[in-house]
Amino acid sequence: MDWGTLHTFIGGVNKHSTSIGKVWITVIFIFRVMILVVAAQEVWGDEQDDFVCNTLQPGCKNVCYDHFFPVSHIRLWALQLIFVSTPALLVAMHVAYYRHETARKFRRGEKRNEFKDVEDIKKQKVRIEGSLWWTYTSSIFFRIIFEASFMYVFYFLYNGYHLPWVLKCGIEPCPNLVDCFISRPTEKTVFTIFMISASVICMLLNVAELCYLLLKVCFRRSKRAQMQRNHPNHALKESKQNEMNELISDSGQNAITGFPS
Amino acid sequence: MSWMFLRDLLSGVNKYSTGIGRIWLAVMFIFRLLVYMVAAEHVWKDEQREFECNTRQPGCENVCFDYFFPISQVRLWALQLIMVSTPSLLVVLHVAYREGREKTHRKKLYVSLGTMDGGLWYTYLISLIVKTGFEIGFLVLFYKLYHGFRVPYLMKCDLKPCPNTVDCFISKPTEKTIFILFLVITSCLCIVLNFIELSFLVLKCFIKCCLQKYSKKLKSSVC
Repeated sequence: MDWGTLHTFIGGVNKHSTSIGKVWITVIFIFRVMILVVAAQEVWGDEQDDFVCNTLQPGCKNVCYDHFFPVSHIRLWALQLIFVSTPALLVAMHVAYYRHETARKFRRGEKRNEFKDVEDIKKQKVRIEGSLWWTYTSSIFFRIIFEASFMYVFYFLYNGYHLPWVLKCGIEPCPNLVDCFISRPTEKTVFTIFMISASVICMLLNVAELCYLLLKVCFRRSKRAQMQRNHPNHALKESKQNEMNELISDSGQNAITGFPS
Repeated sequence: MSWMFLRDLLSGVNKYSTGIGRIWLAVMFIFRLLVYMVAAEHVWKDEQREFECNTRQPGCENVCFDYFFPISQVRLWALQLIMVSTPSLLVVLHVAYREGREKTHRKKLYVSLGTMDGGLWYTYLISLIVKTGFEIGFLVLFYKLYHGFRVPYLMKCDLKPCPNTVDCFISKPTEKTIFILFLVITSCLCIVLNFIELSFLVLKCFIKCCLQKYSKKLKSSVC
């Protein structure tokens, strides 16, 4: 069980995402997950071993380390990536539910003119419309909330994104105010800034995707309203023709199945 | 043999689960297994090396560590994940048994192998009850062994060969407390999902039975 499994889960959502969504998934896995696994974990590997306090008092180092790093950067990033990726599963579940319902209707004989068989339903790309649009938009909204929250928690816990090379600690059992030295503070600062920047880019991509989806819906609605205004008879004829077609196909199916619906 | 094996086994269960069962699997995989592997395991990595007692007496640290942590929290967590995942395999075994029966008799005995009716419904119900039992059992065990879900930064120890009551300091207590709380919350979420699924299955069966009885009554009154 590792990041590859998460990639498999989220990769499935890729098919039903917008282009910006696909870019977002790529940024997440290449610039964040991969960097976390191949680089950041090495940098933070010896974080407690090489955290040294200027005292021989047993327990002082443990207590000071725990006070300055209540949660390690690495773990916080791992949790952030997991939480930020999971709203995409809402979309995956909705698509799975939609396909399940469509397959059920197909087996009852309702959508035979749209699909050839059940496999066709599974291969079809589901468009982001109707209730799926709401699910997709909510997932982007939650992503933004999680990203912002984790960035704030980071800032709050570590008093900024810069790691100092020395920290002063006077918590019991330390006998007085001792100097504690963090291992590799500059390298850690560099990676922290990199991860924060990637986080900001992902947030901007999510905001852009949200705006794109909202604009698309507004544009579609105004186009429909314009069409109705310009060609009211045409629009009415079209909707009546659609109703007729549905009635014909329903009665045709009833003739085949042999009882009224 | 690693967590991938468990993941592959559980993926097979997905086909025969209800909708809520699939949500339970997603929560298991992502919020429990994945968090355990990529984050929690590393927090407890150096737990004994960094466990420090305020004494130079040899053996005191070992004895105190063993007393306070009879089994490491992270190992208990791993055991919980394994025990909680395995009842789902009962369902897979039952479906395989159905498949075997159909092959032996060389005819279709069931509507479909994965349809939850008859014996499979009971197997699914039993697996849910056993899963919930394990979850609650492990949470209670955790609470009793470690006197709560908090990891203190300091523990006092006076076992032999420690010369007197010494202070022992645990490494990363805050981070460990955060992850244990995370474990407890996800465990409770899984328990809630199991209860909802259980109620849903029982209710569905009850409604089906009532409807069948009603339609039988109607038919007999018409005849």
